[in-house]
Amino acid sequence: MSATKQLLTLCAALLLSSPAAAGPAIQQWQTGNGAQVYFVAAPELPMVDIQVTFNAGSARDGASPGLALFTNAMLEEGAGDLDANAIAEQFDRLGANASFGSLRDMATASLRSLTEERLLAPAVQTFAQLLREPSFPAAALERVRKQMVVGLRHESQSPASIASNAFYEALYADHPYATPPSGTLPSVLALGRDELTTFHRRYYVGRNAVVAIVGAVDRQQAQALAEQVVASLPAGEAAAPLPPVAPLSTASRQHIAHQSTQTHLLLGQPGMRRGDPDYFALYLGNHILGGGGLVSRISDEIREKRGLSYSAYSAFSPMAAEGPYLLSLQTKNDSREEALEVLRTTLAQFIAEGPSAAELTAAKKNITGGFALNIDSNKDILSYIAMIGFYGLPLDYLDTFIGQVNAVSTTQIRDAFQRRIHPERMALITVGEQG
Amino acid sequence: MSTSTTVLLRAALLGTILLGLHACGGVPLNTEAPVEDHRVTTTVGDTASNHAVHEFMLANGMKLIVKEDHRAPVVVSQIWYKVGASYEHIGITGVSHLLEHMMFKGTDKHPPGEFSRIIAENGGRENAFTGRDYTSYFQQLEVSRLAIAFELEADRMRNLHLQEEEFQKERDVVVEERRLRTEDKPSALTYEKFMATAFQVNPYHNPVIGWMDDLKSLTLGDLSHWYQTWYSPNNATLVVVGDVEPQAVRQLAQQHFGRIPPSTLPAQKPRREPPQQGERRVVVRVPAEVPVVILGYRTPVLRTVDEPWKAYALEVLATILDGGDSARISRELVRGQGLAASAGAGYDLTARHDSLLTLEATPAQGQEVARVEQALREQVSRLHREPVSAEELSRIKAQVTASKVYELDSVFYQAMQIGQLETVGLEWQEAERYAERINAITPAQVQQVARDYLTADNLTVAILEPLPLNGQPQKGGQHVGH
Repeated sequence: MSATKQLLTLCAALLLSSPAAAGPAIQQWQTGNGAQVYFVAAPELPMVDIQVTFNAGSARDGASPGLALFTNAMLEEGAGDLDANAIAEQFDRLGANASFGSLRDMATASLRSLTEERLLAPAVQTFAQLLREPSFPAAALERVRKQMVVGLRHESQSPASIASNAFYEALYADHPYATPPSGTLPSVLALGRDELTTFHRRYYVGRNAVVAIVGAVDRQQAQALAEQVVASLPAGEAAAPLPPVAPLSTASRQHIAHQSTQTHLLLGQPGMRRGDPDYFALYLGNHILGGGGLVSRISDEIREKRGLSYSAYSAFSPMAAEGPYLLSLQTKNDSREEALEVLRTTLAQFIAEGPSAAELTAAKKNITGGFALNIDSNKDILSYIAMIGFYGLPLDYLDTFIGQVNAVSTTQIRDAFQRRIHPERMALITVGEQG
Repeated sequence: MSTSTTVLLRAALLGTILLGLHACGGVPLNTEAPVEDHRVTTTVGDTASNHAVHEFMLANGMKLIVKEDHRAPVVVSQIWYKVGASYEHIGITGVSHLLEHMMFKGTDKHPPGEFSRIIAENGGRENAFTGRDYTSYFQQLEVSRLAIAFELEADRMRNLHLQEEEFQKERDVVVEERRLRTEDKPSALTYEKFMATAFQVNPYHNPVIGWMDDLKSLTLGDLSHWYQTWYSPNNATLVVVGDVEPQAVRQLAQQHFGRIPPSTLPAQKPRREPPQQGERRVVVRVPAEVPVVILGYRTPVLRTVDEPWKAYALEVLATILDGGDSARISRELVRGQGLAASAGAGYDLTARHDSLLTLEATPAQGQEVARVEQALREQVSRLHREPVSAEELSRIKAQVTASKVYELDSVFYQAMQIGQLETVGLEWQEAERYAERINAITPAQVQQVARDYLTADNLTVAILEPLPLNGQPQKGGQHVGH
């Protein structure tokens, strides 16, 4: 490292020595049935957030795309002797918000409530019941199936969704990440109640759950909350690790004709896992290349210099197995080839030369100087600890984050991009009319 | 189900009333900003210092509102200009939003892009958004760096360097933005035509991003004129929320903005919609898969209504229909009758001009649009016929009480709320009164506003009728097994 670089790094470090450089104090323990609990006390506001994350996303769909989402969506449709109306009325009358979601890696159930005991206790009780004993009522099942069908049809009129689904298919072939969490029409139409109940029994279990809690409760109360929410789930077994993702062996290009004024263009390859040894080098490198908003190279070349697109960027999505590395833009159909050329050239140049010292310094200042903003709300902290818990990242992840960022050099970035990113073996998807 | 599917459908349907500089998303005005020489300080807070609000007026007419929130060492600074799409006329629609983009293209002191680079190097996040009734610019920063935002923001209030070459490129970017947000989104196109049908004189007729032809024909001169007319301290409200000391913020604001001279603002025309006198209907036929139906009833808003309780009764009415999963539309249309895959209702309490109370739905697979429209109308008839129940009102009160706490989890949202209210010509204290106003509404009042405003003569209906996509017969068909 040159003297100049050392000086710049030191300046960057000095700038950041605000008290917020350390993350919040995370407490961690395990419930009796094997669920991992992550807790941060936030006494300022009289509210609490609870998120339960199950390793039960669409990567577990098997031969039935849409199964994980369908199961998750049914949790609020009936539990024990409560029907969907009773469940909705219960949360609404307590001023509590319950929400559910399902992605490729994970399925989530979240509850936000005031901490006042007469509100919190019944909200938590109902929330726990939804996780423990969903009843999958037949009529609700058919209704949600139809809603999912409308969702799929909505995807098929959206060039962005069409492109995204084709992109995952091109990257992941036989890997479970290949199919969309929303499923496919034949599969959604064919799914039966037994498959949903089996899925729930297998994956909504203690050893497959991570509970994140942030709010105005103490450790003892948090322990009690975690027990109430998940302790009555069977311990079960954690989901098996996902298979590794095979790298792409050749370049591919697929054009999907769609009646739209713009072409959506997605270029990429499998990227990295959470906890990847190259994480910080790739993250910083991509921040400079296309992840840092309007000041990043891709946005500068495509949008600022040429006016070709409103949104041009690149992003890693680190997941349990190698999540995608995506470079993306949308431009009028006539500009498709021009924009593609600029995108490819920008990527190739970055891989060949790496970032400049000045770019790296700017990126470090941006990421580290804004660190306090990442953890300035209960919602943000909840997301972080849920992620740390789900992916098994170290408890001091947030405390060491700034140090890890500052330790990355331009050489490490160039080296990581040259080893990991292969433009000659990328998948390209375009959706739009022939330009 | 309140799953991603429903959220997706709702978001797609409701269309865009807010446009950001870059991918990221509003509402409300009054222009006779008085130039006062004295400082006004009002303080309302729940404790000695947390969440206390302080209001100041600089000598040049710029209002500064500071809200303390000491949970984290961060700050958000938002500057709100009283200008947006509802100030525009046909021919120059989209000028407010395109100017917002150009505000990042440099001043005499800073070359294009440098504003963003400086904020980025300071760990900041920045963006801007344009709505019907405002244009707003913001920075989120670690708290010690607030001065950087003020310096840059004060500079571009008066010293913007509008250059032809940068303008040409940025207009292309915004044309692409319109293609992305509207042209290629059937539900957004439908919403745009719905608003243009419901309002003919009221400026909410026009989309925030502008009509494509207007957008392509905008000139640097149009932008320059718009900038000179509206960007001045006496047309701006600066809102700062975070881990700050109000007097220090006032001094900093005085230092950076205090010397900018005020300008004379044009008088505002009322632009009130004449009486509607009969239902309107618009059908949008575009290649698509999923139909949509939207009903909109013309309503006054808090700023235009003769008695404030009526606007709050309309707010309660909208919440009876669509305030949570137990509200009528979810319970009856989505679950009970299974008519809609997703549905909702909304009301613009804080718009600047008269607006709409809307009901909208995406039919469930296999359901006819006409049947769904009828069910939405039946919801309205029921509000005419019967008073809402005590249980429904008490549910809303519980939700409002809780949401007043939840919203404190976001520094950004707190600033947004203050900025919106001030910029439409209400005042920030309205947010403090919100729960009390809602709690005072009675079933009889809800019934009265339903009868007064949700009438056949005030109704506009828009239907999205999908044409085959890509020349193919529609996939999925109208039949689902089981």
